[in-house]
Amino acid sequence: MWERNPVIFLLLATAVIMVGTIVTMVLPFAYVNTERDAIESVVPYTALELAGRDVYIKEGCNNCHTQTVRPLVAEVIRYGDYSKSGEFVYDRPHLWGSRRTGPDLARIGGKYPDQWHYEHMRNPAGMVPGSNMPPYAFLDNRSVDPELTRRKMDVLGFPYTEEEIRALAGKTDMDAMVAYMQKLGSDIPWREQQRVALVGELENPFSGDAAAIAEGRELYDRNCAACHGSGLRGGFAASLDRLHYPEEVFFRIIHDGIQPLNMPSFAGMGSERIWKIVTYIDSEQVAP
Amino acid sequence: MDRPAYNYDIVKHFVHWSILWGAVSVLVGVIISFQLVMPQLNFGEYLSYGRLRPVHTNAGIFGFAVGGFFALFYYMVQRLCRVPIWSNGLARFQLWLFNIIIVLSAVTLLLGFSQSKEYHEMEWPIDILIAVLWVGFTINILMTIFKRREPQMYISLWFMMAALIGVAVLFVVNGLSVPVTLFKSYSAFAGTNDANVQWWYGHNAVAMVLTVPPLAVFYYFLPKSTGVPIYSHRLGIVAFWSLIFMYLWTGAHHLLWTPIPDWVQTLAMAFSIMLIAPSWGSVINGYLSMNGQWHQMRENYLVKFFILAITFYGLQTLQGPMQAVRSFSGFIHYTEWIPGHVHMGTMGWITLLICGAFYYLAPRLYGRELYSIPLANLHFWLVLIGQLIYSVSMWIAGVVQASMWHSLNDDGSLTYTFVDSLLAMYPYWWIRGLGGVIYLLGIGVFVYNIAMTARGAQTPQQAAQQA
Repeated sequence: MWERNPVIFLLLATAVIMVGTIVTMVLPFAYVNTERDAIESVVPYTALELAGRDVYIKEGCNNCHTQTVRPLVAEVIRYGDYSKSGEFVYDRPHLWGSRRTGPDLARIGGKYPDQWHYEHMRNPAGMVPGSNMPPYAFLDNRSVDPELTRRKMDVLGFPYTEEEIRALAGKTDMDAMVAYMQKLGSDIPWREQQRVALVGELENPFSGDAAAIAEGRELYDRNCAACHGSGLRGGFAASLDRLHYPEEVFFRIIHDGIQPLNMPSFAGMGSERIWKIVTYIDSEQVAP
Repeated sequence: MDRPAYNYDIVKHFVHWSILWGAVSVLVGVIISFQLVMPQLNFGEYLSYGRLRPVHTNAGIFGFAVGGFFALFYYMVQRLCRVPIWSNGLARFQLWLFNIIIVLSAVTLLLGFSQSKEYHEMEWPIDILIAVLWVGFTINILMTIFKRREPQMYISLWFMMAALIGVAVLFVVNGLSVPVTLFKSYSAFAGTNDANVQWWYGHNAVAMVLTVPPLAVFYYFLPKSTGVPIYSHRLGIVAFWSLIFMYLWTGAHHLLWTPIPDWVQTLAMAFSIMLIAPSWGSVINGYLSMNGQWHQMRENYLVKFFILAITFYGLQTLQGPMQAVRSFSGFIHYTEWIPGHVHMGTMGWITLLICGAFYYLAPRLYGRELYSIPLANLHFWLVLIGQLIYSVSMWIAGVVQASMWHSLNDDGSLTYTFVDSLLAMYPYWWIRGLGGVIYLLGIGVFVYNIAMTARGAQTPQQAAQQA
């Protein structure tokens, strides 16, 4: 009969389509963003961070970068603790993305100093040789609109103070973008929880090994030189050629990072490669 | 029996605009594929990859595919119902609104007004225009069906009606948002919920825009081209109802291993695998319709387009469920494999099918034979080769990329940095760009062939006969 009666057909088709819709799309609202997945330390975006998030949306960054770390071994080592539902309660819309032309950004906050982000946004290939990310230097020339941001905060129900809104005057889209980058993944204390305790005696297996020095230099150039300058002579981060630390201290710093200075942890590199970098740093030390 | 005065004029206009937007989409696609290898091709903020990419996808899906379905639906509904379109005025209004929306979308996306939701990037005022457009289209098609003079409703009409409802529901729910200004809004849903709603939309747009309407086209144009009916009406019924029932459960397979509830992920995976059956129901129905007709693959260029299209659909609906398996998804999701997969569907299935159907329409719309069948064959081979180069290079690239991402040293550290994997992609991206250029050439041949047919130029054969 439905083959002849379009009204009955339409009703049937709608009903059939709604079954899967209700189970997989409507029903999850009862489970998601509720008490079950709430995280106390997750807070709304500040005015500047929100402005940065909107720049991220405007420029279509989500076309190349995801913002969810999956609970897979390599991914947790590469990016950090896997993402939890409660971290996203203030995200409208979500920005999980679907493609990683560039790396995941869910845990980028606190990984690099602000200066790294400024330089990287202006000239990505300058900080990451071989990068195919477009330059975003034009963000320096666009300014944040405080009144618009106030309206956005009102719509989202995010708290703000008058000082916070006033402080937006003179801020550029670049400042906002960097603030947003530094917020990502910083809501939960995952870095402390994930820190691996180094036990036993730390002894450099490569001390003075010429091959290790060469490999260490290569690793340094790729991973450290953007901040610490070539040949350890310093960039916007400290110069290393006059730091006469014991090898063990260098190892710990590279392995754990230094949180207050936004020196990232390179534990994922593995102890062998960290020792090679240490060997290289040692070889370049300038005599006191 | 008297022959009603069908409105082919509106069909013709939608064909033209669909082809134009299709060509734009492929051109932009080629440009952004080269931006990935030469970042200096990102000219300032308006023509950077992040803004051009949604222009590429939206021009392809909504400009070319949906524009094409408007044309083909209007053609089919009149023939299948044996009455003219219910309202010519409404159809005309729809044509204008459609083009206005496409232009507005392209301009606003380049200006950076975006909701960021994939395949639903346009800001809320355009969403409202799209809703108006769709309601107008739905009313026109449904009223034509209500007034029909043919008692039965052929399979194609069911697929059309399901698409009309499905798209409306998906689009409206996913588009719910709170405006801040004319150009900025925030989604009504937050975080994990927003992601789940988005992929319920994103994947089922593939169902209701890129599967159900093309099947309507396939079920109509294959038998029309071969002159032999569809193999089984009953198989058509079973495949139809199971397809539209199962599809809506599968959206979350885009979100495997993300923080959405596990049971949603598991359901999505299970239903994705089950979806092979209804998809292949239509594939098998198509193949069996060719029983005793396979010689037409050589003699009838239209059949080549349709059969290759349904073959790519078949491959696509095997690959899709495979990707929905959690372990496999953990490996290839987020890699170049995915664009390879998507483009097998869009370049292989959708475009071959719509182009084949347009070739079928050309003599009926312009009242003369196609300008050149050899050119149509050239078009076929160029897009086939371009598509294969594209997809195969991206599959290999995806596996390379995934292996590098997951590779670990003996001490548990990562073997490669992210940049190592990025550098490894450059050769594949060059090859992909080459595939895109060949594909674009094929589209160029298609545009030329249709344009020459429309202009009523003599075919090379006629010219030769007169000489």
